[in-house]
Amino acid sequence: MQLNTTICALATGGGTSALAIIRVSGPDALSITDKIFVGKKNKKLIHQNGYTLHFGNIVWKNETIDEVLVSVFKQPHSYTGEHLIEISCHGSIFIQQSILSALYDAGAIAAKAGEFTLRAFLNGKMDLSQAEAVADVIASENKAAHNLAFQQLRGGYSDEIKKLRTELMTFAALIELELDFSTEDVEFADRTQLEKLIYQLIVNIKLLRNGFTLGNVIKSGIPVAIVGKPNAGKSTLLNALLKEEKAIVSSIAGTTRDAIEDVLVIDGTAFRFIDTAGLRETQDEVEKIGIERSYLKMQQASIILYLFDANEMNSTDVENEINAIKLNAKTEIIVIPVANKTDITIESKLNEFKSLEHLIKLSAKNNEGIETLKNAFTQWIVSERIKSSDMLVSNARHAHSLEKAETCLQAVINGLNMQIPSDLLATDIRAAIEALSEITGEVTNDEVLGIIFGKFCIGK
Amino acid sequence: MFEKYDVIVVGGGHAGCEAAAAAANMGSKVLLVTMNMATIGQMSCNPAMGGIAKGQIVREIDAMGGYSGIVSDKTAIQFKMLNRSKGPAMWSPRAQNDRMRFAEEWRLMLERTPNVDFFQDMVKELIIENDTVKGVITGLGLSIRSQSVILTNGTFLNGLIHIGTKNFGGGRSAESAAFGITEQLTSLGFRSGRMKTGTPPRVDGRSLDYSVMIEQPGDENPQKFSYSNTETLKKQLSCWMTYTSESVHDELRKGFDRSPMFSGRIQGLGPRYCPSIEDKIERFADKDKHQLFIEPEGWNTVEVYVNGFSTSLPEEVQMEALRKIKGFEKVKMFRPGYAIEYDYFPPQQLQLSLETKAIKNLFFAGQINGTTGYEEAAGQGIIAGINAHLLIKNEAPLILKRSEAYLGVLIDDLVTKGTEEPYRMFTSRAEYRILLRQDNADFRLTEKSFNLGLASQDRMNAVEEKYIKVDSFLKELKKQSVEPNEVNEYLNNVGSSPIHQKLKINGLISRPSVSLPDMLPYIKGIKDFVETKFLNSEEVEEAEILIKYEGYIQKEQEVANKLLRLEHIELHSNFDYASLQSLSSEARQKLSAIKPKNIGQASRISGISPSDISVLMVYLGR
Repeated sequence: MQLNTTICALATGGGTSALAIIRVSGPDALSITDKIFVGKKNKKLIHQNGYTLHFGNIVWKNETIDEVLVSVFKQPHSYTGEHLIEISCHGSIFIQQSILSALYDAGAIAAKAGEFTLRAFLNGKMDLSQAEAVADVIASENKAAHNLAFQQLRGGYSDEIKKLRTELMTFAALIELELDFSTEDVEFADRTQLEKLIYQLIVNIKLLRNGFTLGNVIKSGIPVAIVGKPNAGKSTLLNALLKEEKAIVSSIAGTTRDAIEDVLVIDGTAFRFIDTAGLRETQDEVEKIGIERSYLKMQQASIILYLFDANEMNSTDVENEINAIKLNAKTEIIVIPVANKTDITIESKLNEFKSLEHLIKLSAKNNEGIETLKNAFTQWIVSERIKSSDMLVSNARHAHSLEKAETCLQAVINGLNMQIPSDLLATDIRAAIEALSEITGEVTNDEVLGIIFGKFCIGK
Repeated sequence: MFEKYDVIVVGGGHAGCEAAAAAANMGSKVLLVTMNMATIGQMSCNPAMGGIAKGQIVREIDAMGGYSGIVSDKTAIQFKMLNRSKGPAMWSPRAQNDRMRFAEEWRLMLERTPNVDFFQDMVKELIIENDTVKGVITGLGLSIRSQSVILTNGTFLNGLIHIGTKNFGGGRSAESAAFGITEQLTSLGFRSGRMKTGTPPRVDGRSLDYSVMIEQPGDENPQKFSYSNTETLKKQLSCWMTYTSESVHDELRKGFDRSPMFSGRIQGLGPRYCPSIEDKIERFADKDKHQLFIEPEGWNTVEVYVNGFSTSLPEEVQMEALRKIKGFEKVKMFRPGYAIEYDYFPPQQLQLSLETKAIKNLFFAGQINGTTGYEEAAGQGIIAGINAHLLIKNEAPLILKRSEAYLGVLIDDLVTKGTEEPYRMFTSRAEYRILLRQDNADFRLTEKSFNLGLASQDRMNAVEEKYIKVDSFLKELKKQSVEPNEVNEYLNNVGSSPIHQKLKINGLISRPSVSLPDMLPYIKGIKDFVETKFLNSEEVEEAEILIKYEGYIQKEQEVANKLLRLEHIELHSNFDYASLQSLSSEARQKLSAIKPKNIGQASRISGISPSDISVLMVYLGR
């Protein structure tokens, strides 16, 4: 890795658009750009202050390529911590490519994938978890995932983990006090209180870890399954949903298997319809097997649409089915009862289902009520689960560290129950602190002793 | 007047004595220069060796063939294994010693060591040519040449003693300070600093009423420090415990306006874990009493040491306050407590061998490096002695890893992190505490030392024999089973659930409440094995530890091995950190100053963040 080079790359999406941004970063960012930029009154960028904007032309080999705006950032006050230029040009592919090749000719080097962020990290502009969040921001394809990544970028949950770590530090100090200063006249930690604290920590870590599941879900789309008896109208509903949003429907490879899944973005949040094709195929099979397979699918879903033919069912049956689904689910899921075929159902029959919570009435065939259903999705995701204060851990490395911390704390609890000596307890506590430090990037060196000396009267 | 020496050791305290002994026993010609031949091996503070983490260090020194353990054993008046109720990593031997006998024993042991010469004088200057030390110049003006010099000046460099508003030059009570070396070294570019420590008053034991104090006897079955054949104590002296009270504190407060600490006359930083009594009252105002340990100074002397009452208040204030202590109503004071300030050299200026970075063949050991404690000093002394010898023989220095010894932790901490306050060892400083036990210091270190030519053949044989015996015992314990009727009575006694069928013995030993030595008499097969193989109690205990804590020992060993990876990514001493703009400026400055040997050491430098380490790793192509 060479940090003394100046790199450039397209910062926007490529392809044709109204505008595009080209970024140049490195020690010679200003002087290299000066070679291709002709500003008003021939002003030179190297003489300009940071955080300034300049209008001018990109001229290379006596040809004016484009009329542009250039933003100047001076080290260390830039994204990468180096001198940095952002050229806002018009978004034609030809212009973008011409400016980039002019920059190469002028001495800049094409940036490798992620190199701007890597430089920002190497220059101390962000810690590891923030750098990972940036990668997520760039990769996030929907609004909820973007919010999540952005929250992490601002240091969001590392604050939460710092808090946990501090509590654990205090705990560790109490144990170390017992060990290194057992001959001193100090009061040692009350075991029941210690146990309470550890339980509290485990609960908090569990919450963060659950957040991981949700966080991950948001990044790759919230899994939704449509289930119901044959002929309830599952495929019709799915087609209705997908048809509506054709422009943004895409097919992506599923994360769990090779199956192709349909993704629908509603109000900026992605919903992933898991293996609905599989469900459709069950229609001709014996019903029993079909239901079994449905249950298996459902276990991967966060939202289940229980679709039924309003003419065929009564509310007790629907409630029983929903309860059975909830009972079979491994995690907390939302089951939305959806009454289909309202177009051919009489009003009094429909009223039978009034008592069902969150009931949606629609006619998939006639495209009626689809909007209500989509609102229900958004309602659920916005109001129920994703509050900005909720800490979502979306990074696998962090989730792994949390898991390690939890395992260690569990070992501490077991140790306390078995009444093992405190130096052995300390081993697991240290490991837990270390796991949390991996996320916050803090060094534990002499912190414990610092706490001891600060809080207790030590020394003969 | 003098022949040319291999090693000159300046100072005859714990560091100097160990350094001289180690270098001489390895074959170097050693001259020990001390200001006062009568105070070689002097215990300047409390009359005790060992304690938590410190006892482990004494065992390590002994395992390597140092003298501290032997001297302690021979002059002990009381022995305790501290932290017995905790896990084996915490068991810490501690002895009360006869202060006068201790110094005498050290002197005699050194006199019996071939290759050690003595000279009484003050060293005021080092002979330095081409950035290499070539000997010393003494107060009498004598030049003594040598291939290397080990400075162990303790608290003597520009030592300044404070009692109340009075202060005077001195290295210890009634001993003069040493001058010249700090000035010379700083002129050569060394950084120096001031530290402070203190000591309590000593009083006449005949004037105390022990009947109102709590007796603190030694262990019923006292053990010892040395792995060699020193003897355990047959009789012991007790210490006594009493407390200060509000009225004691009130007396002390009367002198606060004349305290050199509070008035700012003392500039050096004292240890937070060894505060003076006035500091304790001031900082922990809500505590209405503080513990005091009354420690006899020896078998025959009436002098006693008032542990916990370190002070630099005016002597009459000390006296009045002492009188208010329970049992001290008629106290007679022998020597007032005092505080002492002295020069030290921030130890980041050293290499891990304890040789200075700036001047070749010059070593520092002990309080000159900012440490406190006899054990810490002695430990640095033996390492400096070994490395001074190895250096002249052109051999690689001995650098102990943090996972190998407290001595490794100690020196790595000093050199890598430096220290703002006098550095004392704690078990919590060691990340692999379960590996660094007092029971296995010989397994960890004797062979290493033997291979360097320091530990004797006898020691090596003893370790090998112990290893074989413990190993065969372990196998036996894993092989033999025990019947319910043999052990259920014992299990019942210790509140452990009875067994219903034959069980392997090691399974029983794993139970927290089961003690192997206590269970031994109940199991004939094992009892016979111990007797016929002549296993001693230490060997039985060793086997028990290895079984009982197997899981934890294994876990730590794995972590240690994993982290060792970072220790193997080397950083060259001419690495140009200043050119790495991507490092934080603090990191650039600290890495350039400390020149860590590898990534592992770099990661422990304070102020070096994980992203700095990532930067280094990226640069090294990892």
